[in-house]
Parts: sequence; structure tokens; C-alpha cells
Amino acid sequence: MNETRDLILDVEHLTMRFGGLVAIGDLSFQAHRGEITAIIGPNGAGKTTVFNCITGFYKPTEGRIALVHGDPAVLAEIDRATIEGHQFLRTDKGALFLLERMADYRVSQYARVARTFQNIRLFGGMTLLENLMVAQHNKLMVASGYTALALVGLGGYGRHEREAIDKARYWLNRVGLIDRADEPAAALSYGAQRRLEIARAMCTDPVLLCLDEPAAGLNPRESSELSDLLLFIRREHQTSILLIEHDMSVVMEISDHVVVLDYGRKISDGSPAAVRSDPNVIAAYLGVEEDEVEDVVQEVSA
Amino acid sequence: MEYFLQQLINGVTLGSIYGLIAIGYTMVYGIIGMINFAHGDIFMVSTMISLVAVVLILSIGITAVPVILLLLLLVSLLLTSLYGWTVERMAYRPLRGSFRLAPLISAIGMSIVLQNYIQNAQGADKKSFPTLIPGYMSFFNEGSFPVILQYSQLSVMVVTVVVLCIFTWLVTKTSLGRAQRACEQDLKMAALLGVNVDRTISLTFVIGAALAAVAGLMHLIYYGVTDFYAGFVVGIKAFTAAVLGGIGSLPGAVLGGLTIGLIETFFAGYVSVDYKDVAAFSILAIVLIFLPSGLLGRPEVEKV
Repeated sequence: MNETRDLILDVEHLTMRFGGLVAIGDLSFQAHRGEITAIIGPNGAGKTTVFNCITGFYKPTEGRIALVHGDPAVLAEIDRATIEGHQFLRTDKGALFLLERMADYRVSQYARVARTFQNIRLFGGMTLLENLMVAQHNKLMVASGYTALALVGLGGYGRHEREAIDKARYWLNRVGLIDRADEPAAALSYGAQRRLEIARAMCTDPVLLCLDEPAAGLNPRESSELSDLLLFIRREHQTSILLIEHDMSVVMEISDHVVVLDYGRKISDGSPAAVRSDPNVIAAYLGVEEDEVEDVVQEVSA
Repeated sequence: MEYFLQQLINGVTLGSIYGLIAIGYTMVYGIIGMINFAHGDIFMVSTMISLVAVVLILSIGITAVPVILLLLLLVSLLLTSLYGWTVERMAYRPLRGSFRLAPLISAIGMSIVLQNYIQNAQGADKKSFPTLIPGYMSFFNEGSFPVILQYSQLSVMVVTVVVLCIFTWLVTKTSLGRAQRACEQDLKMAALLGVNVDRTISLTFVIGAALAAVAGLMHLIYYGVTDFYAGFVVGIKAFTAAVLGGIGSLPGAVLGGLTIGLIETFFAGYVSVDYKDVAAFSILAIVLIFLPSGLLGRPEVEKV
């Protein structure tokens, strides 16, 4: 593999316990800039919990989640940031964010991580356009002087509002929903809601986009459109993508790197081809008990 | 006919005031699902602020009525908003995420605190407010019952319409309004899109208090009297209006306010003054039997 890849996300020893249940145990993995990293694993493996920790939904029991903007050399500062108790550090070349310390809205606002949900969470009563405008809230709040300037018509609020609408229009076009911009989001079909959710996440200008099973419930044609959309996002917007997916055709087609979880632990990590032939992965997907894994591994590799 | 018109004018005036306060209840309910029982007392506090302010303004020798009104509105808006913000910050935010009844009980406590605070600070007697907008228009003068539209009533209606227009623009067209509606539907998701949920909730309380401040000033201009207990009945009526209109629905709050105001005045005018409150609350009970989600409310849908 190419050694010059820039690190964007560094997850170290992430552990999440709910009471006695260990949802994630000592998980470490990395994601690189401009790549699509897939997290796969059987149901209940802890994939969504990883997302919840990254996006500030949960506070992990243990571990560190670092996100890098700009020059990855900033990672050298990580121990200082950890000890001195910073939520983030900025240097002239880049910035480092310790996501496990940040409140949910700050993860989006400052670290610029966006996510979608397995069960779609659009604002159903608002129009498509409004859904995409909410995602640009912070920029508009600053532009409007926290609404105070907008009230008296100052501060170029109108111009920023138009820019925000242009961006929303761009993404609506991209996901093929521009002609329905003024309908309530709840009126869309399932597949269209999924696309809108991705468009909304992209309107926050993320550096890292976390997608939780974006292909769930899609028909094969919609799945392939989704793959195209994700490849487009990576190519044109240099957004790194973290993907949870069960649809192996999507995973194998578009990911650069795959992390496999089972019972909250990492069992494999590598290129799609390497992971596909990893006996541990096959054993996990076949549902083999822990003590039988060795046997299956021998069988498969024989 | 003339009598009917007169009651209509009185009812719409009263209803406008209820409507402005009802918005505060409905907005807070929409966003965090709690009834802010201290809202009526915020209204009462705003009347006291206006009262103190008008004395100050008159004592420094300003006599032009438009200037006085503008100053009163500004002072009352600012200080009442501060009260709204403080109440949320002190009594509700620390309880966010605890069980549903906790902030409700805290709200009742806050209501008692505000009442007693004003009673101690300002005394328990009724206080009168100088007549700032005297005079009236009179119609049907030839008939046996001339219909009177006081200028104070007219200004209540005009101010209400203007304030509602600004408020509607705020909620539908600005980023703050969009964030508010987004929080109403899904707090967590809004946070994940970078909306500062705590701040949005604070601003909701501030806007609700600002509307209550406008209502407070209108109430003073129209009735000319207030005391430390004035917030209770008006608050309950406005709450009733919010429920009648469909709690959580903003147009519903205004409609509910007007309905309650009209029912009250018509009942007082045609049947009995003593039982006007009974009429208003009975209509509420009847409407809720047949339309449990209120006039404009959406039926409760379980959020997934």
C-alpha cells in the first residue's frame, strides 16, 4: 500500500461498556484522508457504537479518538493535548481534535464530522431545502450576527442566505431531488430519504463523513447509484468517508480499506481483497464459536 | 348588532394578549416537551418592569407618548428576556435529561419564587399605570348603543399584528427559526448537524419572554392595573389557549388566544360576568373531548 497516505482519524484503544456489557473492547484503527474506510461485521458487533463515540453521541469508557485537519504532523502533539486537557489544538499547518472530549454539536461545528443514521433521521416536517439549510446553521448564525443583525437587515445576511441556498441546490441536484425542494422530507420515498440524508450531511462541509448503512433497504439500482454518489463525494470534495455497510457489493466495490469487527473487537483490517480472504472474517460471518475458529481457519485455508 | 360589535372588539383585544403569551407556552412545549408554568409570572414581571420604567421615564421629564412607549417596549423587552433566559438557565437546564416531571415541578417552584419576589419587592397592593393612550373612536352614534373603539385597544391589535409578523418571519425565514424547528423534531440530530441545542433552547425562552413582555405592556395600556398575582390567571388562560389551539402549533396558539378571548367576552357580555372563566375552561374541555390534539395540533406521532 501507498505509504504517503495522510492520516485523518486515529482511534486508539477505544472501549465502550454499558454496565457489564462490553460493546467495544480495545479497538484501534485508522482512516486516511480521501479514502473510503468500511467498518463491517455481523449484527451486534458494535459498529454503530463506534460511530456514536466518534460523533459525540456517547462518551467512550476508555480510549482516544483523534481527528486531524491539514498536516498530519500535528499528531505529534497528541500526548501534549491529552495531558493538558485540550479538546482541540490548532497549529499553523493543521488542527487536532480529541473527539471523545467534545460535545456533540462541537464535533460537527469545529471538527467537521458529519453522520447519517441507520434509521433515517430527517426533519420530516420541514422541506428538503430547509433540511439542507439547517445543516448550514452555524455559518448563517455568524453571518446574521446571531439573528440580531438580520433583524435590522445588516451584515450581508441575505448574501450568505443565498450562498447557502446555492449550496443546498447543488446537493439537491447531485442527489436528483431538486424538483422536490419545497416538499416536506417525510413525503419522499425511502431511497430518496437516504440520498437526502447524505446531501444534508455534506452541507455541513465535513472532512469526515460517517455513513451508517446507507444502502440498507435500497434496491440494486439504488445501491449502485449510492456507490456512484460516494465515489463522487470522495473524488470531487476530498471528503474522507467512514462507512458501515452490510451490502458487500457496495463495500467491495468502493472501499479502500476495510475494518472487521466481531463482538466489539477488531478481527481483521486491510484492503477489501485481503479481508475477504481472511479466515477469521469468514468464521465470524459463518457464526462459529470462539473455540472452533482455529478449526475453521484450518479448514478454510486448506 | 352594535352590542355584538362592541364585544367583538373587546374580545379580539383580550385575545391578542392571550395569543402573545400562549406562543411562549407552545414554543417551549414544542422544543423540550415541558409546560413552563412560570411563563405567566414572566408576564407579570414584565408588567412590573414596565411600571417601574414608566415612573422613571416620566420622572426624567420625557412626555412625548410615542417616545415613552418605545422606551418602555425596549426596556421591558430586554429585561423580561433576561428573566426568561435566567429562569431557563437556573431552573430547567440543570434538569435536562432527568425525568419528565422534574422540570415541571421546577417550573411551578419558579412561579412561586417570582410571585413572592415581586410581592416582597413591590408590595402586594394593586398598582395603577398612567393612561398613555387616551381617547376613542365612536361608531353608530345615532343609535341607542354607540360602539366604542378605544385607541388603546386599537394599539393592542396593531402591535400584536406587527409583532406576530416579525415573529413569523423569525421562525420561518431565519436560520435561528429553522434551527428551532429542527430541534423541535429531533434534538439529537440537530446537535449532530452543529446546532447548539442548549443555546437554541435558551433563545426559545428569550423569544417567549419577549412576546410576554409585549403582552404585558399591552395589558397595562389596556387595563392600567397590575399586581404580583396578575400572572396567574392570565397565565392559565394563555396556557388554555395554547392547548385549545393545539400545543406545539404556533398559529394554533394565536387562534386559541383569540378564541378564549372571544368566548370570555361574549359570555361576560351576554350571559354572566361572574362565570366567564367557567365558560372559557368548559369550551376547552369540550374541544379536547372531540379534538384531543386541539384545533390546529398534529396528532401525537411516536418519534422513531
